[in-house]
Amino acid sequence: MDLDHNSVVAFSKSWGLFYLIALAVGVVVYTFWPSNRKRFNQAKNSILGEDDKPWK
Amino acid sequence: MIRQLTSSERQNAAVIAIAVAIVGLAMAAVGRTDVLGVHGVMVMLFAGAVLFYVLSGLYQPEPTEDRETSYYDDPIKVGIVLSMAWAVFGMFMGVWVAAQLAWPNLAFDAGWSSFGRLRPTHTTGVIFGFGGNALIATSFHVVQRTSRARLAGQLSPWFVLLGYNLFCLLAVSGYLIGVTQSKEYAEAEWYADIWLVIVWVTYFILYLRTIARRKEPHIYVANWYFMAFILVVAILHIVNNLALPISWGHAKSYTVWPGVQDAMVQWWYGHNAVAFFLTAGFLGMLYYYLPVRAQRPIFSYRLSILSFWGITFFYMWAGSHHLHYTALPHWVQTLGMTFSVMLLVPSWASAGNALLTLNGAWHRVRDDATLRFMMAAAVFYGISTFEGSFLAIRPVNSLSHYTDWTVGHVHAGALGWVALITFGSLYTLVPSLWKRERMYSAALVEVHFWLAIAGTLIYVFAMWNSGIIQGLMWRTYTEEGALAYSFVDSLVAMYPYYIARAFGGLLFLIGAVVGCYNIWMTVRSAPLAAPLNADVPIAPAVAGE
Ligand code: HEM
Repeated sequence: MDLDHNSVVAFSKSWGLFYLIALAVGVVVYTFWPSNRKRFNQAKNSILGEDDKPWK
Repeated sequence: MIRQLTSSERQNAAVIAIAVAIVGLAMAAVGRTDVLGVHGVMVMLFAGAVLFYVLSGLYQPEPTEDRETSYYDDPIKVGIVLSMAWAVFGMFMGVWVAAQLAWPNLAFDAGWSSFGRLRPTHTTGVIFGFGGNALIATSFHVVQRTSRARLAGQLSPWFVLLGYNLFCLLAVSGYLIGVTQSKEYAEAEWYADIWLVIVWVTYFILYLRTIARRKEPHIYVANWYFMAFILVVAILHIVNNLALPISWGHAKSYTVWPGVQDAMVQWWYGHNAVAFFLTAGFLGMLYYYLPVRAQRPIFSYRLSILSFWGITFFYMWAGSHHLHYTALPHWVQTLGMTFSVMLLVPSWASAGNALLTLNGAWHRVRDDATLRFMMAAAVFYGISTFEGSFLAIRPVNSLSHYTDWTVGHVHAGALGWVALITFGSLYTLVPSLWKRERMYSAALVEVHFWLAIAGTLIYVFAMWNSGIIQGLMWRTYTEEGALAYSFVDSLVAMYPYYIARAFGGLLFLIGAVVGCYNIWMTVRSAPLAAPLNADVPIAPAVAGE
């Protein structure tokens, strides 16, 4: 394929659009996936602990 | 500090220092009287100083305790000190260049002290010296605490920290001597750029390896921001700095990018430097130190994930708003403008998330200047991103571009957001790192807070006024269709604002000096007899949440 300006533009306007939308959908699904809720709640509280040593 | 290293690590450190010194020698030999030669000598001196330190500690007793049972804090402590030292240097240079704009005689008729050479020492000093060291130090701290694991290396953190500062020194001294690539925020020449690539890749590997040995299964969101910062800055730096030196013995190089593509690459770099250097890493600080200081979990963890991906997706495309009304194709400008406007959504999501975290703890914000630093930072983050999205709209940009309005926007971001979140984080970090109960003086934190706020507001309002006046004067026509004002007329109108701006900057600088003193006195004060809540396992308490 000839990599001229027009074909790059065509590629980014089609595949660029799709992969960005796919990524966005993926992120939203991951964020709201019900079984992740527990993990996220745990994560946001995990930094408030007071021990200052690495875990074994 | 050397006592934390085993004797084989000390030997490795010496070998690395010797290798760097040999590179310096080679630079000096091929560069001779060129700036490259001067920088070669500097590299040798720097490596020699490190070598001297390592050799003089070579036979100190080795660490006896198991190092894996504690976090690696020495490089963080040094990073904080370096960061504050660069803050004072960089902000002093800023006040100086600001004063030069009001009183040009302050250039003293010398080449090295002319505006064009001092300005990049200011921007490099504050962005890379102050901001960069603060990012390295806090990222080392956050990644260990959130992973519950020690840094994955004993030497590499030092290599990253010292190597990075060597880069900053080469950059700043180069500008004073008169070398520059003429790329904004990437002025340093090719050899310094290559060195930074080595340092930065080491940084990224160190970070990934530390994450890989984490004991906490979930990677806390602050780490995502720090990783995005490290990874994307590496990519930006390499692509933007692709250049060919005119000879191996010469500091001067030319970029491989031609014409308008060079401009686009430069502002793709420039805007993502704002996004990933000046925003993503500092959001990492925000998402860790603000909840810790407020002792409240972040308002919405989900929102923090969504805004993370929003920021990473959108920022990448926004750079062309720096090139409105140029030879850049119109659709590329429109693309940048559209993404810049959309960027407001994830940006405000982060700012709102931070402020909502504080909702219900306003009494603490009132009483604790450290928390107030972070609260004000979130507010300024909201303001500057709103302003940025607005300035990116092409017709608005036709008024603001080339004027002081841009400078006002920059400093709402750089002083109000980046510097305030850094000071808030450091005031949280310093007592815990040095095992002190609190900062030496809460009153001085308060003084610093008000100096910083007053300085930022004076600065930003001066530049908003000045910029809009300037922009309007340049586009005012007489009835005959000629320009109503000459350029010099607009310059005269700027004069009072330039004085106000220098004053605002001076207040901010004084605040930073007060901060240095306070940190120094905290470090020197007596440590706590018993560490706070030592080794109480909290894992069960969290698991039930
Ligand atoms: C939604 C986020 C943001 C957008 C859309 C945005 C947009 C813009 C625009 C349109 C300009 C003016 C370009 C010109 O006319 O030349 C600009 C300049 C600048 N902004 Fe932002 N901005 C944002 C956030 C920030 C933040 C948080 C900072 C932090 C310090 C920042 C730092 C800068 C700097 C350093 C410049 C000056 C670039 C130069 O040297 O010309 N921006 N930004």
